Amino acid sequence: MEKLETVEIGKEKKEGPQIKNPGDFWRFFKSELKPKGKPYTLFNIISAPVMVIGLILIIYRFVVGLGAPVTNLNQSFPWGIWIGFDVICGVAFAAGGYVLAFMVYILGLEKYRPILRVTVLNAFLSYVFYAGAIALDLGRWWNMPNAFLGNRFGVSSVMFIVAWHFMLYMLTLALEVSPAVAEWLNLKKARKILGSLTLGAVVFGVMLSIHHQAGLGALFTMAKAKIHPLWYSEFLPITFFISSIYAGLSMVILEGTISHKVFTHPHQLGENHHNNHESDDDILVGLSRVCAGVIFAYIMLTITLAQYEGDLHLINTTMGSWWLTEVVGFVIIPGFMFIHGAQCRNTSTIRVAAIIAIVGIILNRFNCVFIAYNWYLPFSEKYLPSVIEVLATLTIIFIEIWTLRWIINRMPILREAPEWVKELKEH
Amino acid sequence: MDRRTFLKMIGAGLATVAGGNLLTPCAAKAEEGVGGMEFHGNLIDTTRCIGCRRCEKACAEVNNLPIPDISENANESILKKVRKTTATQYTTINRYETGKGTIFVPWRCMHCNQPACHSACLVYAMEKQPSGHVTWDKNCMGCRLCMISCPFDIPKFEYKSSIPRVQKCNLCYGRFKKGLVPACVEACPTGALMFGTRRNLLEEAKRRISQNPDNYFHHVYGEYEAGGTSHLYLAAVPFEQLGLRTDIGIKPYPEYSLVYLSAIPFIATITPIAMLAINAATRKGKEKHEEKHEEKEKH
Repeated sequence: MEKLETVEIGKEKKEGPQIKNPGDFWRFFKSELKPKGKPYTLFNIISAPVMVIGLILIIYRFVVGLGAPVTNLNQSFPWGIWIGFDVICGVAFAAGGYVLAFMVYILGLEKYRPILRVTVLNAFLSYVFYAGAIALDLGRWWNMPNAFLGNRFGVSSVMFIVAWHFMLYMLTLALEVSPAVAEWLNLKKARKILGSLTLGAVVFGVMLSIHHQAGLGALFTMAKAKIHPLWYSEFLPITFFISSIYAGLSMVILEGTISHKVFTHPHQLGENHHNNHESDDDILVGLSRVCAGVIFAYIMLTITLAQYEGDLHLINTTMGSWWLTEVVGFVIIPGFMFIHGAQCRNTSTIRVAAIIAIVGIILNRFNCVFIAYNWYLPFSEKYLPSVIEVLATLTIIFIEIWTLRWIINRMPILREAPEWVKELKEH
Repeated sequence: MDRRTFLKMIGAGLATVAGGNLLTPCAAKAEEGVGGMEFHGNLIDTTRCIGCRRCEKACAEVNNLPIPDISENANESILKKVRKTTATQYTTINRYETGKGTIFVPWRCMHCNQPACHSACLVYAMEKQPSGHVTWDKNCMGCRLCMISCPFDIPKFEYKSSIPRVQKCNLCYGRFKKGLVPACVEACPTGALMFGTRRNLLEEAKRRISQNPDNYFHHVYGEYEAGGTSHLYLAAVPFEQLGLRTDIGIKPYPEYSLVYLSAIPFIATITPIAMLAINAATRKGKEKHEEKHEEKEKH
């Protein structure tokens, strides 16, 4: 063993940092803080001022509370886009993390490994920032530890389950991402240990994901008297879980499309990277097939539930047309587009389908949170997000993207792992 | 956490797995007379209410809320609109014109036998006291799931405050502990409000119906609604004419999330084992795939 290590240290000098103590790490970290891309891109010019304003507004929210002008929430609509979009949609879109991890690690579908790391990283950051955005919306945020410490656990509360699962799943995702961090820091022993924990983390993570993706739907099970019958079902946990699968994968397709165009530098993709359109398309077509299958399972379930609960006669009402718009326009149509795109290997059809499916998920979650919630109230009393709510949401999205970009520019996320990782696996 | 609480928690966890009533925590308490304490509530007889709003004023005085103007002029204009409770007003009186004349309906927290707000709360800030009072405590995180869940739309949030509280009627729990009746009951000049144990109130309500069958619609609102509530209503007309929801069903609301909660132990135990099994079953194929991959690279 000792011999092996000396040989490896010799190699290290050519590549990667040498980190033996916290001081080394701090020096390396400071050198990595320097920006790596062009500073004046269109995205930066738009996002930087929004983030500055947004952060000030977020501080303002903590000073004055949640009422107007910060949010348009009121006694009839306790939840708005901070919960409905940031947390509930954000978590649904982060589902790609557990679905792909399941496909690669459990089913052994190695084909999808090239996009696994970036998806899991994205999921992790989504949980940190989007699920973390729940702190904005909590009126008494300083009491957050009460859910995890102390002796008054609301074990009969769905929110209790969701809170614990957010926390545990965040740690699980951190564990799944950690090998990339170890590779970045050139920490071989740590990489070996962390790598060996991945399968366990994936198994635990999928179990946690089933729980809390369903749990987000279960939050609304007691709102029976308030959510329009076409959207309300006692089986909301199941529909939320199933739709999270294609929501997550649609987001993977969309992110892949964007990152293909944005991350093209050697320090992002690696020196030896050559564009392999054939295998990229294979991945896209495969994902499209999964999406199509899950979407049709979801449609069957949705329609069966509406029939089973005796709500189909409501289709002739205004809310009924709105329901049909969502189900036909934003679920069934992208479902067929996924099938068509996969059969013809037409990647642009697949990408458009993914975007429509994503909009459909947002519509569905917004319906549960505020559109079909208290649907009988007159239009003048309805909730519309305030400017501050929208700006704070944009800020959180931009912070997530900036963090993601910072990491992709430095760690082996899109590019291949350093040579020594292969050696590590052989031994 | 000391060892005793830890052991309690383990016990609680086992009870959950065993399908105990931990998930619907008030189910056991709901049967009156358990633990030597009965649920208390108000019987609200709308045939006796004259809409004087003295209960509103008394409530505000006891709870340090803005005191409403209850002069006759003010009543005339205020009662034109149906008012919900607010974060600064725990009880309201509304006026409804019906086939049997003008009816005044006091409105406040129903104090359900199995409150949705309590089982929605992840820190049990909403608590169903053994005496039946549903109270709020300041360990609340302000997630507002209680507001989403309450079928009667009762918990109100102080949006304007940076240290917001969830506000609602607590059936004067503080006064109850001192042996006093709720402020609204004390202030009522006509006996439209009556305080007592739920069992006695139900008996009284049914006695009034049977003694004056022509004066009452033959149903006690709150006997079964949402699994039963501590506030009970009597009226001359069907209750939907009085702004009370009759479409909320008779199932206790915590049971609606049982589909989900009772699945948790099963998913937690079955899925990891299933996944490890699938992983083991697919592992060999994976190695072959890697070999092929390496061969390709060599060529």
